[in-house]
This record gives sequence, C-alpha cells and structure tokens, in this order.
Amino acid sequence: MANTGKGLRRAVFVDGARIPFLKSGTGYKDLTSYDLARLALTALLNKTQLPGNEVDWVILGNVVANINTSNVAREAALAAGIPHRVPAVSLALACISANKAITNGVDLIRSGEADVVIAGGTESLTDIPIRFRKRFRQKLIESQRYRKPLDYLGFFKGLKASDFLPEIPAIAEFSTGRTMGQDCDRMAARLGVTREEQDVFAARSHQLAARATAEGFLAQEIWPTAVPPRFDLISADNGFRADSTAESLANLRPAFIKPYGTLTAGNSSFLTDGAGAVLLMSEEKAAALGYAPKAAIRSYAYTAQDPEEELLLGPAYSTPKVLAKAGLSLADIGVFEMHEAFAAQVVANLKCLDSDTFGREKLGLPGKVGEIPPDRLNAWGGSLSLGHPFGATGARLVTTTVNRMIHEDREFGLTTSCAAGAHGSAIILERLA
Amino acid sequence: MAYLKLEIDGDVALIWLDRPGEKMNTLTTGLGEEFQPLLAQLEKDSRVRAIVLISAKEDNFVAGADIEMLQQSSEPGSLARLSRTGQSLMDRLADFPKPVVAAINGAALGGGLELAMSCHYRIVTENKKTVLGLPEVKLGLNPGSGGTQNAPALVGIRRALDMMLTGKNIYPFPAKKMGLVDMVVHPYALKTAAVQAARKMADGKLSRKFKKPLLGRILEDTPLRSIIFSQARKMTQKQTLGNYPAPFGILDCVAEGASRGRAAGLAREAESFEELGRTPQSRELINLFFAITGQKRNPGRDEVREVGKVGVLGAGLMGAGIAQVSADKGYPVVMKDISREALAHGEKNIWDAYKTRVRKRVISPFERDQVVSRVAATTDYQGLRRCDLVIEAVFEDLDLKRRVLADCEAVLPEKAIFASNTSSLPISDIAAGAQRPGQVIGMHYFSPVPKMPLLEIIVTGQTENWVSATAFEVGVRQGKTVIVVKDGPGFYTTRILAPMLNEALFLLEEGGEIRHIDRVMKQFGFPVGPITLIDEVGIDVGAHVAGVMSPLFTARGEKPTEVMKKLTEEGYKGRKNRMGFYHYDEQAARGWRGFVKKKKEVNQNIYKFFGGPNRKQLDPVEIHDRLTLIMVNEAARCLEEGILSSPVDGDLGAVMGLGFPPFLGGPFRYLDSLGGEAVLAKFGDLARNFGQRFQPAEIIVSHARAQKSFY
Repeated sequence: MANTGKGLRRAVFVDGARIPFLKSGTGYKDLTSYDLARLALTALLNKTQLPGNEVDWVILGNVVANINTSNVAREAALAAGIPHRVPAVSLALACISANKAITNGVDLIRSGEADVVIAGGTESLTDIPIRFRKRFRQKLIESQRYRKPLDYLGFFKGLKASDFLPEIPAIAEFSTGRTMGQDCDRMAARLGVTREEQDVFAARSHQLAARATAEGFLAQEIWPTAVPPRFDLISADNGFRADSTAESLANLRPAFIKPYGTLTAGNSSFLTDGAGAVLLMSEEKAAALGYAPKAAIRSYAYTAQDPEEELLLGPAYSTPKVLAKAGLSLADIGVFEMHEAFAAQVVANLKCLDSDTFGREKLGLPGKVGEIPPDRLNAWGGSLSLGHPFGATGARLVTTTVNRMIHEDREFGLTTSCAAGAHGSAIILERLA
Repeated sequence: MAYLKLEIDGDVALIWLDRPGEKMNTLTTGLGEEFQPLLAQLEKDSRVRAIVLISAKEDNFVAGADIEMLQQSSEPGSLARLSRTGQSLMDRLADFPKPVVAAINGAALGGGLELAMSCHYRIVTENKKTVLGLPEVKLGLNPGSGGTQNAPALVGIRRALDMMLTGKNIYPFPAKKMGLVDMVVHPYALKTAAVQAARKMADGKLSRKFKKPLLGRILEDTPLRSIIFSQARKMTQKQTLGNYPAPFGILDCVAEGASRGRAAGLAREAESFEELGRTPQSRELINLFFAITGQKRNPGRDEVREVGKVGVLGAGLMGAGIAQVSADKGYPVVMKDISREALAHGEKNIWDAYKTRVRKRVISPFERDQVVSRVAATTDYQGLRRCDLVIEAVFEDLDLKRRVLADCEAVLPEKAIFASNTSSLPISDIAAGAQRPGQVIGMHYFSPVPKMPLLEIIVTGQTENWVSATAFEVGVRQGKTVIVVKDGPGFYTTRILAPMLNEALFLLEEGGEIRHIDRVMKQFGFPVGPITLIDEVGIDVGAHVAGVMSPLFTARGEKPTEVMKKLTEEGYKGRKNRMGFYHYDEQAARGWRGFVKKKKEVNQNIYKFFGGPNRKQLDPVEIHDRLTLIMVNEAARCLEEGILSSPVDGDLGAVMGLGFPPFLGGPFRYLDSLGGEAVLAKFGDLARNFGQRFQPAEIIVSHARAQKSFY
C-alpha cells in the first residue's frame, strides 16, 4: 500500500492555522474565497514564521468557485507573498477538498517532488455565483454574434419571463437531484436514526465547541484576524451556541423534508465562510529548518460509494480501510474527528461502524469495525457547531486532530469525512510532539 | 552622430534618442544642434514620409532639461536664449511638413514632455515607469520650451494650468483621457505601433482624435476664460502666500498666449524663464534638488548587510506608518503591539492608505492585498525572531525603551539591528544596558511617516559602521531622504525645533497673539505656524522634549520656558485631547447645516497662562527673525559640535523634516544668502534686545569674519 509511506520519505504536519469560521453573511460578508484564503495563508506563514520562498507547492480546496478566481489557490498565494515561482492548484472534492489537498501534499513529499507544501482550503458561501438561467445565457452568447441592429430584436424571441430570473445554486447532488439535507433525512429514516438522537448529538457539539472556545483549546488553531475593510478584530468562531440543549432543538421544524422529516436547521451544519491551511514538510526538511513537527501522516484512504443510497456513509467505509492500511485497530486510535455535516450522518456512520451486519455485508469483514468511544469523538465541537466552509473543513479537522492528540496525550488520531458524490476520506496521524 | 541615431524603416525614419554615456536622456544644447540638420535632411529625403521620435533608454524618454546646464547659465540673457533655442526646435517639429510621432516609454518630464507635445501624435506605453509631467514649477521655473503654449493647446487651459502649477505626475491612462497622449500600448508594441501610426498619418488615414469636452470649450474658448485666470491667481496667492514667483510666471505666460496669441506667449515664456531662473527661490530649489539627489548615495554602501525582514514595535500612527513604507517597498514586516485591537487599528490604517490609489486605479486591489499581506501582526515577541532590523515606535519613555530593547535582544538573531524611533531621547541612554550596543541606532521618522520625506539616523560612539550603512539603505529603499547625525539630546531636528517653539512661547508670554504668530510664520513660508505645531505634536510631548533638552540650554545660561510643563499638568495636551491653543471641538467647528467652518478658533482661555487676555500684534519681522534665527543658530551649533557632518545634512533636515521654507534652502543656505555681515548685525540686535540666547554660534562668527560661506 503506497500511501502508508513504506520505503518512502515521511511527511510531517508542522502546524495548522485557520481564520475563525463565521456564519455566512456575517463578519466576512464583504470578502470572497480569495480574500479568506489570503488571510489563512498569511496566518499560517505568520504563525509558523515560514519564509515564503521555502514553499514548493500550495494546494487549496474550494467547492463553490468564484469565476474570477477559478484557481483561487494561485491568486491567494501570490497575494499572501508566496513567491510567484511556487505553483499552486485548487481542487474540488466537495466537503473533503481540503483532505484531498493535504493528502496530495503528502504524496508530493513522500515521492520527493516537494519538501514543503501548504495545503488547506477556502470557502465563502456568502459569495456564491448567482447565474442567469441556461436559456438566457445561451441568448447572451448568441447575441455576441449579432451584427445588425435588427438582430437584437431576435434576442427576446423564445425567452419566457421566468428565464430572466436569476438562478441560485442549490447544494444538490447532480446524479440524484436531491439536496444533501433531503438525502440525509432519507438515510436517517432508512437506518433508524431518530430525531432525538440527532438533537442530542447536535446539542453536544454546540456545548463542546463552546467549552473548547472558552478554555482556549481552539485558540491553538485560530489566528485572530482583523478583517478588511473595517478591520474589526475577529478572534473566535461565531456559529456555536453554548445554550443549545436537546430540548431546545426539539422545538425546531423539519428543514428539508416537510412535514415528517427529522433533520432541522438545529441538527444540521450551517452555511459558513472560512479558510484554513496546514504546513506539511518532509521530516528531513523540517529538521533542517529547525521545526519540531507536531505529527506525522501515517496513512490515508479514500472510498466512493453508491450516491443513491450511501451518499453520506464515507466514514463507515473509509475508516476500516485506513485502519487496515495503517495496520492499526480501532482501539489504537485515541482521538477521533468525524466531520459533522448533519447529526444524522454522524449517528448513522457510528451505527454502521458498530454493526455486524454492515461489517459483513458491506465491508466484507467478519463482523463490525467497532464502537467509537463517545469521549474520544469530536471533543472540541464539530462542523455542526463550529461551521462547515466546504473547501476548508478538512484543514480544521486535521489540525484539531493533531492538537487534541497532544492535549489528550494520545499516540494516534483519525479524522474521517463524507462528501458529495458519496466519497469518504480518512487520515491517520501519528503524534511526534 | 552622438545623441541621435537614425534608423530607416521603409518610408518611416526613426530618430533614436540616446544620450551617450548616460542612463537618462536630457535636453541639452547639443541635442538641438544635432536635431536641426537632421530634420533638414529628412525633410529633403523624399523616401521618408514620416518620422518617429523614440528613446533608446530602458526607462525614460527624456527626463527633462539638463539642470546643471541651467545652473551654469550665469550670463544675463543666457536663460532666455536657451528657452528660445528650445522653442525653435519645438516649432520646427510642430511645423514639420511630414508627420512626427512621439513614442514614449518611461519618463517624459519637463523638456521631455515639451518635446513630445510638439510632435503630431503621442503614443505611450502602459509601463509603470511611464510618467508625464511638467515639474518645472518645483524648481521655481516655468516650462521654457513652448510648454506654456503647447500644453493649453493640447489639453485645454484648465488642465494645462493644473499640470504646470502643481508639477504633478500624469500616468498613461489619465493622460489618454485628458488628451495629452493619443494611444496607450504595451511596452513591446511601442515601436511597431509608432511606425504604423506614422505611416497611417502620412497616408492621411490617421489624425489626432481628441475633442475638448463641451464644458472646456465654454469656459476656455470664450471671454469666460478670464474667470479661470483670476481664480487660478487667487488660489495660487493663497497657497504660495507670495513666496514663490514661478506659478505667477506660468500664469502670465498662459494668459499672454490666450489673449495675444502664441507668438506673444512664447516671447513671454522666454522672458519669464530668464526672470524666474534668476530668482533666489529657483536657485535654492535647484540646490535642494541636487542635495536630495546626492543624498540617495549611501556613503557606507560597501558595508550594507541584507535586511530580510523588518520588525516594528507599536501599531500606532507612527508604527503603522513605518510598517507601511517598509511593506510598500517589498520588506516583509512584523508589527508587534500589546493588544490585538491596537494591531487591528494599525492594519486598518495601512489598508486605508491605499484606498485612494485603488479607487484611482493607480494600483489594483490585488497589488494592495500583496502589500498588506506583508505586514504580519503579532502580540508576541517571538514573532520578531526572524527580523534583521527592529524599529521601535513605543511611547517616549526611557525605561520603556530600554525594556523593549532587552525584550527584543532576547529573541532577535545575533546580528539584528535595534533602531529607536525616538524624537529626543539620546540613543546612548537607550543603548546603555544593551547586550549589543554596537547594533543600536536611532531611526527618527516624522509623522505622518508615508508623507514626510525625511529620515534622521542617529549614531552613537558605539554604533558600528555596517549598522548605520544598513539603516541608511533601508531608509533610502523606504523612499526617504536620509541624513546621518551624531547622538545628543534632540539630535539635530528636535534640537533646532525646540528653541524655535520655546521662542514662540516667549512671544506669547510677551503678549503676542496666537493666530498672529502662526500667520506670520506661514506668511514667511513655514507650512504650519509654531503654535499650531505644538498642538499637533502634543503639548505633553513638547513638555517632555523640553525637559530632555533643558540641561543643554541651561548649561549655556539660557532659561527655557516652563509653560508647557504647566499646561500639561493642567490637562492641556493639544489636539489629541482637544485641549490646546486652539479649539478642536467638532460640534463647535461645525456651523450652519453642519458645514465645517474654515478657521479653527483660538482658545482664549489659554492666555491666562501667558499673562492674561490683553494681546498685541508684535512686529512680523521681529517674530520671523527671532523664530528663524534661533533655529538657524542652533543648527550652526550642531555643525560646530559635530552633530551634523555637513551643512547639506542640516539644510535637508530642516527643510524636509521641519518645513523650513524650501525657497530659503535651509539654515545654512539662508546664512550664506544673508551674508556674514548682515548675519552678525541681526544677531547683534537680537542679543541686545532679547538676551544671551541670540549670541551667534562660534562657527557663524568665524565664518563671517573670514568671509567664508558654508557652501
């Protein structure tokens, strides 16, 4: 298995930094994903004091692309002062874009292509592309070929009034036509995840996030940022609610499938703006530059399932795969960070991992993978409470995993996520510091 | 052929401007002598249908007239002759029977732009170095090669006056918009585009398209234009207070051309060039120009060490300003302050500094982002650990400065420089407890840093040469004019300012009127009056500086006023806490419907500290002489004591740091222009009437006796 890195160089995680994650339309409402990425990259460079000319590659995840910055990684890297000779690429793999950015960086380091990689992601869900409808766009393109004034009369031919309305993109699965929320609600019903289980988990996420913020745990990964043009100082995430309880969440109405659905705004992640990045190096280079890396990347795995029925079950598939690659068992993992798109998705994945039937039928194992102890899972909150800027979440998850491993004195940490297109990602980190 | 090189491209002749042995093309008499026969030859040559003027230099077309040549034209009438020679070359080009196209990449300034304006079509590159302008006014002159007539003809009277009265730079796209140039191309297309345009003009297929806007035609091409001139004169009078004759000379030339025709205008231009060129104002402005140019050369350039990263302590107005000018010129900067909020405020100041430039499209938002990204904000000293130079701009307090020095030395690399941006505390006092005193230096910036052009570097007996050489290099790269002075209370600039402000307060104690004193000094050419300056700097700061300087003056038997200390104790801090010599209450300053009233009101209450409300207007000449000469005298002492290493440094420091009237050239040029005898007589009078402190410095006396000038 190539990516356990046997016989290859070891890729290490030096440190990670992110700007606070904010609810869309709040503190970053004047900014684009480019601005957020620039701020996150400068945050990482400032935090690690890495001279920009040491960087070999910049890789950033970004899902809802702004057409002006289609390779947002490049523009942000240039603006952040990373020399122009350093190539940069943006990639999209839905909610695991940053995970993919990070493991691509790991591959470049392992294979000797690079010594220093900055990987992460950026997302502004405030600045989404609102388009004209297809028919109208076609007409606009055609009109460029118009020559005579009379040609323009033809512009309106065949256009309906509704064609002039703007089109706001839905977060819908292209293959199934269902939105994420609808799909997850459907899956919760299929796997018997109750509304109560979801609300309990969601409330837990909010309370843990509030605690981790209050105790300064998250300050290790957040770089306080003064945001142009007003330069109000933003030093903490603003999405979590310390007073959330399962009872208070129980009052909310279904958000996706009405009236009988179980997913609500309260037990789903909210639209978020944010960006984050991690600094990866070869072990040798880190030593040469005088860094004490916090962790090494032990192993990673990606899976892809059936979008129709298993859209959000990535963690249940990728976790056993990465454990096998690393030669570890569930019990070896001290820190779990699972992406929380929806409370229902987390609960469903935990159930599948703990199910003998699932283990046998879907994974081809003798039995279940095992139960993830609740106290080891997402102890500093998660995407439900901290927010979920699609392209950037993976950078947060990896950084939090490492910081928790050090804080909780654990040897191994595992972070796993699901993504649109029914992908799964899992990364195992090994503590060095 | 030395200056001009001819290239024939089919039916188009390219004249390459390439002044031998120089990086810059300038207008010289030799150029004119080469041009005329070449033009005659090209006129006759039937194969040549059009001409292109183009520069072979990398980043300039023609950067202006040769100023040394002007300086050397001492014979009466010679400047007018120079002007007429220039004019006849320009006329020859303008009247040339074949089309002439100017192809401009880089600076086309002064005579260079006049040359371009005489052509029939102008093409510029969008290169960042391409800049046009008529900056003669900054040297106390008028454009002398037809510019005063050709500029209004091209862009209209109002725009031409704006160009010539301010001397400002005009960049390619605005130049196109105002009709100064006809086409903007990328740098690699310049020659092709120019040849093509010349050919098309010869074919009659291309001509200048610019149409004067309607408003321009109404205002300028009708009797209404007399309003333009009277308004311009009023504005100019208000801004120059009659101290600078050049703007009026320019106005006269343009007005003459507008009312009596081009020939009359050109005649006036040549006469005006002669007149203005002989004024002391022009002489001193040209001296300053050479002094500033000369100062860019770092005397210790061989010892300069590389500065990769600059640290700035303090994110206040000063700190953020230093961070900005550093980041703007490419230095990565770490800005440290105690609080995140203060840092955010500093970051905002830096961002806002680019607002106008982004709006005017001088730079793109992306370029702005690159600059602001270079400034890293931190509250942790560890953030400075990779800085090669740290400039502290913390509160003016010796213990605090010593403490931050120690904190910095704990984290900085072995070979890092610690610079203090103090305005008065002796650097050797700050360096007293340092581990590496040889790497401690003063870098005294002036507020607001991005606008004020001076950097005063202060070296102690221990400062190593490479340290001052490196600081000098950083200053030059930050765009500053740098002077290096020796350590001492107040160094140079603060030391000569303190007695001047002290004298102004004496005037108040003697019954002088606040606004009158300020007005008199502005009238004499200072940018702000001394009392306003105290309010701006802060009365508390003034009191602190006075305290630091006091031993120096009392040792000479002088007795500085204690009034600033008293005012500070009473809570007067000047503008910043809105308690000063003037009122700064914004509510009160707003009159009818919220319009801001023009004049700020004197705070009558403050007179109680100066002997009551009965005020009289003192003799303006006395005010001026006392305030100016006490400053000049102190400057001379600085030279005598070796604080200054040359009169040039003294003049630059006073003009660029303190606003000493530029047309006087600075304290030492002023002494020279007064002449030794007159100087001694003036000081004699002042000493008799106002005391000991007006005893002239030894060096003034000895120079006067020996009839020796400072230059």
